[in-house]
Amino acid sequence: MATRTETMTVNMGPQHPSTHGVLRLVLELDGETIVNAEPTIGFLHTGIEKTAEQKKWQQIIPLVERMDYLGPQSNSLAFCLSAERLLGIEDQMPERVTNIRVLLAEVQRLSSHLVWLATHAMEIGAVSVMMYAFREREQILNIFEMIAGFRMFPSYFRIGGLREDLPRGFHGVLKPFLEQMPERLDGYEKLLTKNQVWTKRTVGVGRLSKEETLAMGLVGPMARAVGIPYDVRKAFPYLNYHSYDFKVPTETAGDVFARYQVKLVEMRESVKIALQALDRISPTGVYDCGDYRIVPPPKDRVYTEMEALIQHFLIYSQGFNVPKGECYVPVEGPRGEHGFYIVSDGTNRPVRIKSRAPSFYACQALPMMIKGGLIADVIAVIGSTDVVMGDVDR
Amino acid sequence: MADIEVPILTTTVEKMVQWARRSAIWPVTFGLACCAIEMMAMAAGRYDVARFGAEVFRGSPRQSDLMIIAGRLSRKMAPVLRRIYDQMPEPKWVISMGACASCGGVFDNYSIVQGVDQVVPVDVFVPGCPPRPEALIYGIVQLQRKIDRSRMSA
Amino acid sequence: MDASRTDAAFLDIVRQAVPGAAIDVVPSIDMPAASVDRNHLVAVCDVLRTHPDLRFELLLDVTAVDRLPASPRYEIVYLLACLGAAFGSAPARRLRLTVRLDADSASVPTVSGVWPSANWAEREVFDLFGIQFEGHPDLRRVLMPDDWEGHPLRKDYPVQIRKDTASWSPIQLTEEQFTANMRAAREHATRAARSIRGEKQ
Repeated sequence: MATRTETMTVNMGPQHPSTHGVLRLVLELDGETIVNAEPTIGFLHTGIEKTAEQKKWQQIIPLVERMDYLGPQSNSLAFCLSAERLLGIEDQMPERVTNIRVLLAEVQRLSSHLVWLATHAMEIGAVSVMMYAFREREQILNIFEMIAGFRMFPSYFRIGGLREDLPRGFHGVLKPFLEQMPERLDGYEKLLTKNQVWTKRTVGVGRLSKEETLAMGLVGPMARAVGIPYDVRKAFPYLNYHSYDFKVPTETAGDVFARYQVKLVEMRESVKIALQALDRISPTGVYDCGDYRIVPPPKDRVYTEMEALIQHFLIYSQGFNVPKGECYVPVEGPRGEHGFYIVSDGTNRPVRIKSRAPSFYACQALPMMIKGGLIADVIAVIGSTDVVMGDVDR
Repeated sequence: MADIEVPILTTTVEKMVQWARRSAIWPVTFGLACCAIEMMAMAAGRYDVARFGAEVFRGSPRQSDLMIIAGRLSRKMAPVLRRIYDQMPEPKWVISMGACASCGGVFDNYSIVQGVDQVVPVDVFVPGCPPRPEALIYGIVQLQRKIDRSRMSA
Repeated sequence: MDASRTDAAFLDIVRQAVPGAAIDVVPSIDMPAASVDRNHLVAVCDVLRTHPDLRFELLLDVTAVDRLPASPRYEIVYLLACLGAAFGSAPARRLRLTVRLDADSASVPTVSGVWPSANWAEREVFDLFGIQFEGHPDLRRVLMPDDWEGHPLRKDYPVQIRKDTASWSPIQLTEEQFTANMRAAREHATRAARSIRGEKQ
């Protein structure tokens, strides 16, 4: 009797515990092997780009922070840098502001990678890692709450500087946290790196070649895991990263395990940068560029001087105009090159803002990584790409 | 009756059922956006929703009785949400977590449903953008009170 | 500001390689920028990617800008990067290419043959701006639902819309299929009931 074989179509998502939000995958299976896969996105399309066209420049910052909700401050940093380049105030930015931005961007990367590690490990079965990673993340969220009163989306970076000065006791909280972090990272590695369950699920899974990585526009940890040493902080330096001492880790295997290794070393490097930045920052000092057409004057002057009051009123009622032009200044976000292409027509509202979303391209490359693998590996691959659906769909 | 030595509590069936339902609420893992991260934080060590008996997050809607809608709901997602709600067995409850789920929040635009109560009936609204885990726990406690007050239908 | 950041002198290589292409340098403040005519777009992109002195291997993003009252109305923007020492001898640099399009002929050849990553990015531009990409392998909506009307990011599309939320999607069955299903279910139930009663089939 002839055996009849046919492939089976399985729908995965949009509601699936391991798809990091609302990603839908239609998988075509031959037994347990994946023949074809088609990701469907757009279930979280929020229309942020359209909404932002109606808002004044400084009102956009809370919106863009909600795009990539695991690394919100890398969004707002990229947006501020682009807007500041258009305004032509980036050379006036005091050194202290730049250092604080570097510090918080690195702490943000740490927090984002912690959530990645927590969810990725939990999906493969290591639930205790999730508990440990969330313990550290809570400490970071406490720090964000300290600087701006909000756990997840501080909106602390503003166009023209920072929202306010650092709170009292900031160094005393952040320094012990950063100093204990390498030890905590050792703890995660002890749980995972040589764990047989972990290595069997990750080594050799979801492999990409160098050419495929470039062709699919993958950057950040995904590219560094195949041996492309591309990091915006080194290749196209922004802020004052050129003055910091750090390495860009690379691996060559290009599989899920290599991405895990790259990200763990990145966390160590982030701690290193953050500690260097913390030493350069004085507890109190300037926190904006001092151009009172763009940033509000200090409160004590608003209460005593007429001019300051008028400036304050103008900024909060009609905002400021950004010169005509277009600009794209990328930053190295937790998931790779992240930037805002912004177009201004010289008014107080943008014509167009467009986020260059690394997760969008990672999502596009998913079929390439999971084809030919087993269905259980899909979860490991999605976890390793670290896609954030808010960043994919915007 | 004097020779009975085991202690006895008397109650009504209704009260016992309510107690059982409210003490073991199993939420479905339904994270949409940013709020889902705070929902995970609620389940993690620091906030530990297990203290309130609601920590068993189920991957399948058919095993759960609470849906926490955590995040903004797009028009593309609305039919999916409704289908998942329909798949949950009765009795079932819904918590709308965060400003976007409750009323659209800052995203008053073409893509976002302005309040999930257009799609499913909501029992508890939790405000915040995103709400702190404490706020969500308070919402769950409010839901437990509501379950306690509910009458068993004939 | 660093003047070398926006130095677009390397575009002469492209001008020599693609004679007839109208490549105009656009003043910019962040990276070299140039506009190119739509007919020579693919040839120009091919040279940019493969020429050993250029090697723009990475297409970072494709997007569009709608400048409604102005003419030409649309601008398609391609953000390119060369990674420098990581690949070949070309120095690390960026380039922004723009193609201007009129409202009545809003179509442009696809570059997904040059950079495969353009596939979804162009689908997104098609979805949100309604710009056609000639020769695209799979030009469908990507972010909005398949049955959506209009292209939301156009300037003449409202931000808020009044529309009932669709809370269900129909099961795709024809009338005949439905009745056949119902009949099969009925027959199955009858057979089951008979076998419970111990009757012969």
